[in-house]
Amino acid sequence: MSKIPLIIEREYLTRVQKKSFILMTILSPIIMVALVFAPIWLSKLSGDETRLIAVIDQTGLYKDIYHDTDEYHFTYTQGTFTPEQMRAEGNKDDESMPYAYVIIKGNLLNNPRAMTIYSQKQITSNCELAITSQMEDYLKDEKLLSYNIPDIKRMIEESNINLQVDTIRLEEDGAETQTSTEMVMIIGMVMTLVIYMFLMLYGGQVMSSVMQEKTNRIVEVMVSSVKPFELMIGKITSIGLVGLTQLGIWIIFLVGIFLSAGAYFSISGGVDPSQMNDMAAMTGGVGSIDTAQLTSEMGAMQEIQQMLGSIDITQLLVCFVLFFIGGYILYASLFAAIGSAVDNESDTQQFMVPITFIIIFALYAGIFSAENPDGPLAMWCSMIPFTSPIVMMVRIPFGVSMWELILSMVILYGSAIGLAWVAGRIYRVGILMYGKKPSYKEMIKWIRYKA
Amino acid sequence: MYYLEANHIVKQYASHRALDDVTVRVPRNGIYGLLGPNGAGKTTLIRIINQITAPDEGEVLIEGRPLCPSDVEHIGYLPEERGLYKKMKVGEQILYLAQLKGLSRKAAKESMDYWLGKFDIKGWEKKKIEELSKGMQQKIQFITTVMHNPQLLIFDEPFSGFDPVNANLLKREILEMRDKGATIIFSTHNMASVEELCDEITLINRSHVVLQGEVAEIRQQHKKHLFQVEVQQGELQSNDLYEIIGEQALARGHAYTLRKRDTTMSNNELIGLITQQCQIAGFEEILPTMNEIFIETVGESALEEKQNV
Repeated sequence: MSKIPLIIEREYLTRVQKKSFILMTILSPIIMVALVFAPIWLSKLSGDETRLIAVIDQTGLYKDIYHDTDEYHFTYTQGTFTPEQMRAEGNKDDESMPYAYVIIKGNLLNNPRAMTIYSQKQITSNCELAITSQMEDYLKDEKLLSYNIPDIKRMIEESNINLQVDTIRLEEDGAETQTSTEMVMIIGMVMTLVIYMFLMLYGGQVMSSVMQEKTNRIVEVMVSSVKPFELMIGKITSIGLVGLTQLGIWIIFLVGIFLSAGAYFSISGGVDPSQMNDMAAMTGGVGSIDTAQLTSEMGAMQEIQQMLGSIDITQLLVCFVLFFIGGYILYASLFAAIGSAVDNESDTQQFMVPITFIIIFALYAGIFSAENPDGPLAMWCSMIPFTSPIVMMVRIPFGVSMWELILSMVILYGSAIGLAWVAGRIYRVGILMYGKKPSYKEMIKWIRYKA
Repeated sequence: MYYLEANHIVKQYASHRALDDVTVRVPRNGIYGLLGPNGAGKTTLIRIINQITAPDEGEVLIEGRPLCPSDVEHIGYLPEERGLYKKMKVGEQILYLAQLKGLSRKAAKESMDYWLGKFDIKGWEKKKIEELSKGMQQKIQFITTVMHNPQLLIFDEPFSGFDPVNANLLKREILEMRDKGATIIFSTHNMASVEELCDEITLINRSHVVLQGEVAEIRQQHKKHLFQVEVQQGELQSNDLYEIIGEQALARGHAYTLRKRDTTMSNNELIGLITQQCQIAGFEEILPTMNEIFIETVGESALEEKQNV
């Protein structure tokens, strides 16, 4: 009876029950979300406090131009101002002290340099923008009015053309699929990064786990009960399963978030474009800001759903899982062989360098393949087994012909199985060798040792 | 019939030959010592018997038939370099290793209860290995070795790391298992325990068998014809038949160390000769210890090797 299931069971359960695994699985998505949203949230926080900006107009031309915003409260006075005056006021160290003074010394249309901002602390760029943009908008209107052309404002607005291009991919069966280049690239990139991360993370776990068994000396007891190859395969499989479990949990999280987001914009769920247009027409007449915003949000949501629909999700997921498993077996075998050959962490460096190099190369090849998914780089790198899992994932959303997919998969699985066999030969010798760090030459000799 | 035979084993590593035509035949239900200095090839031989590595030449027979993969279930192996999963709980660890040896979970549980009870450590199942003292870890390791009630037990330096009390406990267990019918192979540097426990030995040095046979017989073969004689009256002088190489005055009489010159002379004749001169109070032949034989044999073969080079 094979003992592999028993090994897998133990290795899997001990890993999944570890506190670190549970924490990582739950916290990672939260940390990811936090990393994205925390800066946005934090930047909004500063808006709680309104700052006083004193506008001192020496010309009297610019009354009522500045409107209060969430962050800034403007006061307007007509008169003169000297820096000394501000210094005197500054010493009072009062809450009501203006954050900045805006001094207008002349007609800004004639002299754009006639405005100065004084402050005791360096003002933020945000503040500067708030001050200048309101004035610029006003000056622009003034300038346009000075041309004395009726309706010029409307004409200018109409001349702002926003091009919206639909990209449609013609399928082999003649069907038209609406696509989005950005969406396709994003999906490809995300998948590539996920595969890259998992290869490094879980491959590394295989290596350290093999090394731990070796340095613990438990391995000799183990191999007196099971074949070294069984032990290695059991370990690689169980760690791979742990990876898939984690991925599965994250996908469930993601789907959950997506669904609850969908429920939030519940109107857009399941609405087809024609209905959408009707609604836009209906609300368009009213033209209030709220409905406009709503329709645009609904439209974006709709678009995302439609674009997602344009990609063959089933094919994508199946390919993802298959390439993930193939690539994982390939790299995990290498990592297992390295882990078996060395006695301690520092000795792994020499062997890790080439592997890291290859994986990073694959990642870059993937990123550049997104620019040109049918170019020679993409083509070759999606056939070479060490890069294909990463590069192929970029290409698949763009559409890859079936024969390429199958060929790439066959090469990947062929070499993964071959490498697992070679790694097994190195592993069974390596785990019992202590002391000197072996050279590549010695490791190749090990492959030829009689089992 | 022998329980285990390893015939003409050759194992070649890249640059050196770990075993060169080594033959070891282990009788059933005995304790067999595998001796040799470090690096002689003992561990390689043990690994071959455990099917951890395969020999380049030669064959291993168990009960007269070639070794097969399922035989690991009848072998219990305690390696010299021991280890357990440090983060695992004692109970889980024992059950896991026992199941890998082919026991069902239920049988493994029963066996575990028996052994934990025997070593008086019931209730330790929930402790993690890393929380235990080294001696305790050794006990657990020993239990994992014998859990599946193997017919063949292989101990590589079993006493290292045990305090004298636990070493004694271990010795008792080994003897008890022998009495229950197990065959035991025992690799050690501790020659006192070899004399005490082993029925037969093989001494391997530099990949070759240099000495093999029953312990009692080997000691006879290596005897130096030395005798410890205590006399109450009279004195002994060296003569053609024996020489006195040591002398010590006792409260009453003398103690001599003699060497027979004529090795064909029987001990009875020697006693006869002595009684003609003195009153014997004690007579004992000094047999070499295994330690002396070990050093002598290993030293000799080292010398030969030097001359050959």
